[in-house]
Amino acid sequence: MAESQPGAGREAPIRVVLAKLGLDGHDRGLKVVARMLRDAGMEVIYLGLRQTTESVIAAVEQEDADVIGLSMHNAGHLALAPRILQALADSGLDVPVVIGGIVPEADVSTLKELGISAVLHPGASAVEVADAIRRSVA
Amino acid sequence: MTAAGPAADLLVRARSGDRRALGRLLTLVERGDAGTHGLDDLVHPHAPGDAPVIGVTGAPGTGKSTLVGHLVKEIADAGGQPAVLAVDPSSPLSGGAILGDRIRMDGVAEGRAFIRSMATRGHAGGLALAVPGALRLFEACGFGPLVVETVGVGQVEVDVTRTADTTVVMVAPGMGDAVQANKSGLLEVADVLVVNKADRPGADDVRRDLEHMLDLGHITGATQHWRPEIIMTTATTGAGALDVHQAIQAHRAHLASTGGLEARRHSRIRQEVQDRIAQHLDTAAEGLLSTQPAELQEALEGSQTPAAAAAKISKRLLSNQPQMSPSNQPAAQGQER
Repeated sequence: MAESQPGAGREAPIRVVLAKLGLDGHDRGLKVVARMLRDAGMEVIYLGLRQTTESVIAAVEQEDADVIGLSMHNAGHLALAPRILQALADSGLDVPVVIGGIVPEADVSTLKELGISAVLHPGASAVEVADAIRRSVA
Repeated sequence: MTAAGPAADLLVRARSGDRRALGRLLTLVERGDAGTHGLDDLVHPHAPGDAPVIGVTGAPGTGKSTLVGHLVKEIADAGGQPAVLAVDPSSPLSGGAILGDRIRMDGVAEGRAFIRSMATRGHAGGLALAVPGALRLFEACGFGPLVVETVGVGQVEVDVTRTADTTVVMVAPGMGDAVQANKSGLLEVADVLVVNKADRPGADDVRRDLEHMLDLGHITGATQHWRPEIIMTTATTGAGALDVHQAIQAHRAHLASTGGLEARRHSRIRQEVQDRIAQHLDTAAEGLLSTQPAELQEALEGSQTPAAAAAKISKRLLSNQPQMSPSNQPAAQGQER
């Protein structure tokens, strides 16, 4: 909680890019997550709705983001997760991806095997959300 | 964190168009690590300060980011290589921030600009130093014109915008009347005034109020050298963005013809030197206070006022610096407008 001092010894906040890919229009959850992460002391680069893998990658590069948070509510996770991971690999980016939203329990292990760092379900607390992000960049 | 090596390598890559490398370097600048990595010295030869700097400021919700998206498109259409520094406030409690400018710009700018979001990270923090450092880095990587967008609240935010070559101040209808417009503050630093949301009721009233305010400036001489043009825009559609770009160019041409560009560049450098001195003093003061000097103890006990303690400590602090400039005349800081 202590205000960081100018100059020496500052610990830089974690920078998170938050986005929804494609035509999934349910962004209420993402807005809640943005607020949770802000209140956990992180800097949220909020891209919101209708993003593409390219726009997310561009933002991660320009913003030097530490982690990507993707919100998914239209059952696109098994199609979109490999795409974003491939795009990251193609760009030479080693940035963890956390997915949140409606993901059937059966798909969680598949996503993790693909390389998704964590999957957050509806009802995850602010602490759980922030912890998942912190662990992914640790 | 290692020495100059990685920064030099990153700079070479960034200057050849590697956006990831530039992103990394901006992080060094933002953390105040540029000096320790020798980045400042590496960038300096490539950043003569010739890239036009455009400041865009105004109250929250006036449409700054959306307009900047369109402005960036105009700049790119005109052959420029725009880069944007979008500053949003950090939470004073958590230190976190929601950086929501990019979302307004991306759709329009279509990848034609390098956009970096920056949080203020505490008012006393490094923003005032990070912004000029980031702008130099952009210039060294071939970008220009450069746009700095800040919310028009807080002295540091206004200052970093004010030191731009051209300062664009945005207002929107429904945010106060002629009396508000006449209060000191943001409007005074405008080189170009933009009334956004021109499709909304009351936009013409805002324009009229601004005209009146500028007329008064004419009487007192404030607009003697430059009278800001008032541009009506609708940022959601991009209407008026071209006019804003042209007004910015007209202002720059005016500066160029009156020697104002050099004056602005000098005032930017002077401001940064002053900010850096303040940072050095701040650090020194913290260091000295952490040794629990007697003066502090007396102030804590109430046997001495805080002001008296500060005066004595400051005297001690400054006398430790052997070489003070003998002639300390207040140099003319002509903010030519």
